Amino acid sequence: MTPMAEVPLWAAIPIAALLLIGAGLTFIGSVGLMRLSSFYDRIHAPTLGSSWGTAGIVMASMGYFSVLQGRPVLHEFLLGVFVTVTTPVTLTLLARAAVFRDRTEGNPDVPAREPLPPAAGAAPADGEPS
Amino acid sequence: MSRLFPYPVLAAGLVLMWLVLNGFTPGHLVLGVAVSIVAGVSMSALHPAKPRLRRWDRIPQLVAIVLYDIVRSNIAVAALILSNGRHGRRRSGFVEIPLTLRDPLGLAILAIIITATPGTAWMQYDARREEVLLHVFDLVDESAWVALIKGRYESLLLEIFE
Repeated sequence: MTPMAEVPLWAAIPIAALLLIGAGLTFIGSVGLMRLSSFYDRIHAPTLGSSWGTAGIVMASMGYFSVLQGRPVLHEFLLGVFVTVTTPVTLTLLARAAVFRDRTEGNPDVPAREPLPPAAGAAPADGEPS
Repeated sequence: MSRLFPYPVLAAGLVLMWLVLNGFTPGHLVLGVAVSIVAGVSMSALHPAKPRLRRWDRIPQLVAIVLYDIVRSNIAVAALILSNGRHGRRRSGFVEIPLTLRDPLGLAILAIIITATPGTAWMQYDARREEVLLHVFDLVDESAWVALIKGRYESLLLEIFE
């Protein structure tokens, strides 16, 4: 952990701030994943970690290693891009499976396929075993 | 030349990525170009539809809007989780949004935008009815969401792709 002492203060403060923001958002997302009650609500919580959670940590890493090595280190940027671009693939897979199951079971919380009911209901209060 | 590089943007992107990952040396430049030729030729074997971009100049505007919205909705969703959903008064729900956008690449980008923005999730796209089903974490006004998605993102994507 000694190389950290070589980072000047003007760089250390923004790097630490970005790292804390990224880690904090990822943590809040994980808490939400644990505490929210329905599947569709839980889907939203980890997107905190996959958007600015990742971005904050990636930018902190780019800043830290750029300062330490004295040249721009940019390859972490690709991490952020690929995390963002691939998230919808798994998300849509999970979401479609859940919607299909709920429609098959006639769950009133999901809008039906044929003539649409006027308003989609809120999340069930009791939740479901996951 | 176009036989070797059927997708010039893809090839350039791959070479750039190779050099960013491995550091710039003449050897890696040659290797990166070789990789991009193999990738481009195998890509053309799949016969994907060639994307047509009509308005390059609108892309920075879209990127700026999306980055700003991601920051804003990160704060909003984090606050909702921390306050236990405005103390139990938050309601989530589904919104169906009719889309005019039909270009597959444009739809893929819209799906990425909506997924990357916390608080909205892309559930499924129905090509026959040209509708997308979204789930919104904090649903107050359905028509506001329809107007937001259509006015803020879809109109720009339509300009770029169609």
